Amino acid sequence: MKSGVERKSAYHVIALILLVIMAILFIFPLYWIVTGAFKSAAEINAAQPTWFPKEFVLTNFEKLFSRRAAPLFQFGPLVGPVVPGAIRWLVNTVFMSVAAMLLTCLTASMAGYALAKKRFIGRGLVFSLIVCAMALPKQVILLPLIREISALGLYDSLWAVILPTVGWPFGVFLMKQFSESIPGEMLEAARIDGASELRTFTQIVMPMVKPGIGALAIFTFINTWNDYFMQLIMLSSSEELTISLGIATLQAENATDFGLIMAGATLAALPIIIVFLIFQKYFTQGITMGAVKG
Amino acid sequence: MANKKQPAMSRALVRRETTSGYLFLLPSLVFFVGFVIIPMVMCVVTSFFDANLNATQSDVFIGFQNYVELFHDPVFHKALINTLIIVVVSVPITCIFSLWVSSAIYNMKGPLLSFFRCVFYLPVVTGSVAVTVVWKWMYNNYYGILNYVGTSTGILDHNINWLGDPKFALGCIILILLTTSVGQPIVLYVSALGNVDTSLVEAAKVDGATNLQVFWKIKWPQMMPTTLYILVITTINSFQCFALIQLLTSGGPNYATETVMYYIYYSAFKLYRLGYGNAMGVILAIFIAVLSAIQFKLAKEK
Repeated sequence: MKSGVERKSAYHVIALILLVIMAILFIFPLYWIVTGAFKSAAEINAAQPTWFPKEFVLTNFEKLFSRRAAPLFQFGPLVGPVVPGAIRWLVNTVFMSVAAMLLTCLTASMAGYALAKKRFIGRGLVFSLIVCAMALPKQVILLPLIREISALGLYDSLWAVILPTVGWPFGVFLMKQFSESIPGEMLEAARIDGASELRTFTQIVMPMVKPGIGALAIFTFINTWNDYFMQLIMLSSSEELTISLGIATLQAENATDFGLIMAGATLAALPIIIVFLIFQKYFTQGITMGAVKG
Repeated sequence: MANKKQPAMSRALVRRETTSGYLFLLPSLVFFVGFVIIPMVMCVVTSFFDANLNATQSDVFIGFQNYVELFHDPVFHKALINTLIIVVVSVPITCIFSLWVSSAIYNMKGPLLSFFRCVFYLPVVTGSVAVTVVWKWMYNNYYGILNYVGTSTGILDHNINWLGDPKFALGCIILILLTTSVGQPIVLYVSALGNVDTSLVEAAKVDGATNLQVFWKIKWPQMMPTTLYILVITTINSFQCFALIQLLTSGGPNYATETVMYYIYYSAFKLYRLGYGNAMGVILAIFIAVLSAIQFKLAKEK
């Protein structure tokens, strides 16, 4: 008995050490991005890299923000004050992610509720279509999408990224999973009380699937922020770049100015990581629920 | 079928439910049909045409010619082989690694569990571009930390041009891909391990089963649906490996890291051959569908 306990604890210690080493390796790239952003050019190009910046310099950020200026925003005749290009990229990325998030949450929670709780003709068909579409690689549809978006006159606008993101059916699937748990009696009672469909939805359904909406919101936000391929093929002019595209451009133009590139990467990664850490709980829930019976 | 559950539903009620059901579905369906279903159909249709990216030039129907050409295209063969290598190497490693991490952390205390879960999810959240550029620096021939650590510890006797050497390039890509793909499986496995029926585990332990036996005989079968889901998403993920290739190697050196996804992009945007790219997309979709079906079948048999 005793030896069993000892063996068990020895295994646990080894496992824990391995786990910590792995965790350090996984954090390291991020650490390298952030510290690299504050290193001087001399330090970055030295034959012997420093594990920690000898002195913190802001030259990389200065260089990043001195690049081409652009208006802060542009809505038709409304043009914002001129700011560094990198700030505009960030504004674009936030706008794009928030718009995709709101639209996805609204449409998906409505559709998820209908698929989970309404008994109507064709429900099975719609649901199978959604599941089949989810199993296909998203990127396959992107080439035809370019033409469709161009035909709609949306090419090279942020909507070219937003609209197809909203169409992706994962959200509907997720919200259906969450809506299944709404007790039918509650909906029945609302109907008997004469509540309209819309009222039932906003007063009963929405509050009950709140955790689902939270999960979907954070999921969509992060995925849209990081969906590089979609942004790459849909956006081309320098005003409409997102932060991911911006760094890719920096990288293409100054392949070895690693300090500058890391400053850009810091600007791209830190906001989204902070958002992730704040809403982590919802995120984990979303991933788990999206997989049930998946 | 609709009436089976509620036989008392009147015809009027069915009609009401159908109308309101579709009204609720409508906004979502507009986006789904418009930006998923139509492009999917278009993808198949365009693959039979000689088509350009801009719609001003009209497409020319060429039947199966795109497919025939793909069949003889050595670059496509190379891309297909590389993609399959990426899938075959990364999927099992991702699954085993995430299962190991999850089983080590799932019964830790709340904050510690969240910490580890976050750490392994971090590369996903950081975003493919930021992750890729930092790895590009770490792999760099002269300034990269890998060469520095390798040579100063004596593991390497000279600097290696990691991404420029056909021997290493694909391996380097796979390594980055691995760090960005274990996050989701770990979250899923942790939750699956937490949901294992504890009464069975207790009973087995009373009967003197070892931890390993408990794991394989009780926990593993219960986690089968999760494993299956992880296999499918990891496979799809690996097939779609794109940002890494585009930003690091552009498919080189000498097509050593050419993947199907990158070649699709290349055909459409560099060769201006949309139909050709779409034909590849169709083949890729078929590959993924077949692989998913095989995984389902294997998992069911077990």
